[in-house]
Amino acid sequence: MKRLNISRNTRSNFATYAMVIIVFLVLQILGQGGMLSSTLKGQLVPICAYVVMALSLNLTVGVLGELSLGHAGFMSVGAFAGTVAAVSLQASIPSAGVRLLVALIVGAACAALAGFLIGIPVLRLNGDYLAIVTLAFGEIIKSIVNNLYIGMDGGGLHARFLNNTMTLGEGGRMILNGPMGIPGITKISTFTAGFLLILVALFIIFNLVNSRSGRAIMAVRDNRIAAESVGISITKYKMMAFVISAALAGAAGALFAQGQTTVIATKFDFNTSILILVFVVLGGLGRMWGSIIAAAALTILPEALRQFSEYRMLVYAIVLILVMLATNNPQIRGFFTRLSKWIKDLLLLRFRAARKLAGETDQKGGGEQ
Amino acid sequence: MSQTNRPATKLVPVPSKNMIPERDADKSPILECQHLGIDFGGLTAVNEFTMAIGRTEITGLIGPNGAGKTTVFNLLTKVYQPTRGTILLDGVDTHNMNTVQVNKAGIARTFQNIRLFSNLSVEDNVKLGLHNHIKYGALSGVLRLPGYWREEKIAHKRAMELLSIFHMEDLAGAKAGSLPYGAQRRLEIVRALATNPSLLLLDEPAAGMNPSETAELMENIVKIRDTFQIAVLLIEHDMSLVMGICEGICVLNFGQIIAKGTPEEIQNNPEVIKAYLGSGKEE
Amino acid sequence: MSFLNHLINGISLGSVYAIIALGYTMVYGIAKMLNFAHGDVIMVGAYVCFFASSSFGLPPILGVILAMVVCTVLGVVIERLAYKPLRQATSLAVLITAIGMSYFLQNAAQLLWTSNPKIFPTFFSFGGQTGVSLFDGGLNISYAALVTIIVCIVIMVALTLFTSKTKMGKAMRACSEDKAAAQLMGINVNTTISMTFAIGSCLAAVAGVLLCSAYPTLQPTTGSMPGIKAFTAAVFGGIGSIPGALVGGLLLGIIEILAKAYISTQLSDAIVFAVLIIVLLVKPAGLLGKMIREKV
Repeated sequence: MKRLNISRNTRSNFATYAMVIIVFLVLQILGQGGMLSSTLKGQLVPICAYVVMALSLNLTVGVLGELSLGHAGFMSVGAFAGTVAAVSLQASIPSAGVRLLVALIVGAACAALAGFLIGIPVLRLNGDYLAIVTLAFGEIIKSIVNNLYIGMDGGGLHARFLNNTMTLGEGGRMILNGPMGIPGITKISTFTAGFLLILVALFIIFNLVNSRSGRAIMAVRDNRIAAESVGISITKYKMMAFVISAALAGAAGALFAQGQTTVIATKFDFNTSILILVFVVLGGLGRMWGSIIAAAALTILPEALRQFSEYRMLVYAIVLILVMLATNNPQIRGFFTRLSKWIKDLLLLRFRAARKLAGETDQKGGGEQ
Repeated sequence: MSQTNRPATKLVPVPSKNMIPERDADKSPILECQHLGIDFGGLTAVNEFTMAIGRTEITGLIGPNGAGKTTVFNLLTKVYQPTRGTILLDGVDTHNMNTVQVNKAGIARTFQNIRLFSNLSVEDNVKLGLHNHIKYGALSGVLRLPGYWREEKIAHKRAMELLSIFHMEDLAGAKAGSLPYGAQRRLEIVRALATNPSLLLLDEPAAGMNPSETAELMENIVKIRDTFQIAVLLIEHDMSLVMGICEGICVLNFGQIIAKGTPEEIQNNPEVIKAYLGSGKEE
Repeated sequence: MSFLNHLINGISLGSVYAIIALGYTMVYGIAKMLNFAHGDVIMVGAYVCFFASSSFGLPPILGVILAMVVCTVLGVVIERLAYKPLRQATSLAVLITAIGMSYFLQNAAQLLWTSNPKIFPTFFSFGGQTGVSLFDGGLNISYAALVTIIVCIVIMVALTLFTSKTKMGKAMRACSEDKAAAQLMGINVNTTISMTFAIGSCLAAVAGVLLCSAYPTLQPTTGSMPGIKAFTAAVFGGIGSIPGALVGGLLLGIIEILAKAYISTQLSDAIVFAVLIIVLLVKPAGLLGKMIREKV
């Protein structure tokens, strides 16, 4: 039975890797054959970035069990740190691929640092309080980046806060311009880079979860008091999950920014945090393949259904509520279980069984509404 | 009441006026509480709690509901910080330790209301008990370095051995939360044992078990003590269990120790009978 | 003198926060959930009042009453449809549902009333004046600020009397202490929770009108930031405590206005949130709150 369980877990992980690789290959082939619309092509890098964001948030919400409402803040730190690195190294590193790698690493490192600093106070709290404080930090990060000015000249990088009183030397240029953000970014993110980042994120998360540290993180989620009683330090493992999650979000932010021409701080606001939370919740807490599908689908669909764009957020909201009700209310969940069983029976063409069950479902389902 | 499987040990008094088995008498006690007490606001939940436990002694902590038994466990494991008094674990003052450090120092416990990692497998629950004995870091885990494979293999073997105490090897892959009640209680004991304690605290281990399960549990507690050579302190309402396996018993009422001694002494103690049956004045 | 001006503005804004915070704190005290949608109920209240007075030409007081009625119904309906089925669910599930509800209200408002800002009418002007000027213009107090502060005091007194004197108020306090025990004493917990939502949402309508009287731009997102800040205020003062909501709201309003005036306009929100974080670290239960230990 144990063997079965382990293999089920591993099988699901490998299926996730396989799904990502196959989709990538199919899209590559379609792209070579010129069968992808230019809108979709333009969406590929953002999709990868959002997938990594969803995976990263799923580590915090699904595996660690704490709600973070400021995840876009880490994306923001990664985006701006990564872009500043990429722009300032444009001359010294001519290879776009290497520059992107450096940007991703710088973005991840800076976001991890931000995650660590924020984690010190935040992780002492629990539940709703932690959620509200992460929200507060998300807003603080937005305000800080919105008032940050970074310029570069022969003497290196210069930074000012609140007011741009910088005088740059010969050949100097502004990189980050407060509320104007970073304009004129050279697009160096590619779909392949995004795909690789997704694989790296999956690799880190899967291997972490199936190791000593990952078990400890899940133990903290399942029962804090019991975890302490067996000698597991709550703060240490909460921090570990939080920092890794922040680092992945930072890398995603850097990837996202290098695929845009301009990034501004207000792009990474509370709404973005919620959007990513929607991906995670719809995909299923702790279910990485779910996050990938939800993030990809919900980034493509609005583009595909452009005429309904006004209704998009409304539909997201309704779906979010319905999913929570369906997964957390025993009666509604029971109804859905019976419904899916009924559909399964119908598909298996067990006519008699299905007919009998259908009668039951109708009666019970009707009674509950 | 079966008293046949109680080990035939002679009990001798130690300076703290406790009775510990003769075989432990020449050794220092594993746990010594001196004048331990805690107040919640103005309410004194536990006061002047003084006792010692021998290194391989099975001790019972009994008393009516609300007497402060679980609070004593919470004090020992530092879920609450004591307001007064000292706890010496193997001669070391645990004053500056927190729950995690106390566990590393050698106290493991189970909970009255079961606290398993219910979404994880039975094996993972035991491996979490082994957590501090598995020696590889997060990086080895993520990168799957040799340390990971070596240590996980050892951990798996050890977890299976521990589960075999209660013949639970077959359940290793099941989700802990889906186990029947009795098995969950047993798993909690296994998980606590996995942390390699020198003192095991069991909070109502027989709660909700039927007589035959309780009898089996009694045998197993004694077996655990004998195999691991550790001390056990247990809270229990099932008197057949307490009188059957405990060498020393401590009776708590309104946060105060009202009696200490061997099962026979406790059974005939008028204070204890009064506490359990009431003096007639109380409602 | 300008400091006094800022202080009065701060107290006025703080009074609005306090009224909103009441809704959060009462619901949190009883249902143990963070009703994220509360801020958006404020926005709905403001819109109802806006349309009542500008489109239908109703007198302001009728507009306010209509807004209160609509919000009360809305609050109870939200509770019944979205939160009640999740009474037994984890706090994470409830919080996510509440966020979903908040988004639903915002986007429904956007579809119904578009995202174009509406300019809220001035209700509080007497004889063409919108405020009084003292000390040769050194101190300007708007009528809106005065009304806001007075309304806040009235609501606080009324609510304190309600929870301590009336049967329903006592039932609310009982439910927040121990739902199971309250039920055993014959208190209908569901009705009590609905009642709490009703009161909170009714106050949200008042807060919406007061907020828009001070800051007259009305948009579907108008409620969300003040909502978050008012929740901050509730946490600041100690969640579950009515005086805590007042203290938290007032302090937060004053800090925000003073930070705007003396430190930086752009950073005022960041400063408000930083204060929240510091308070939670120093006093996790808030200024007037009680720490509840998890029973082991």
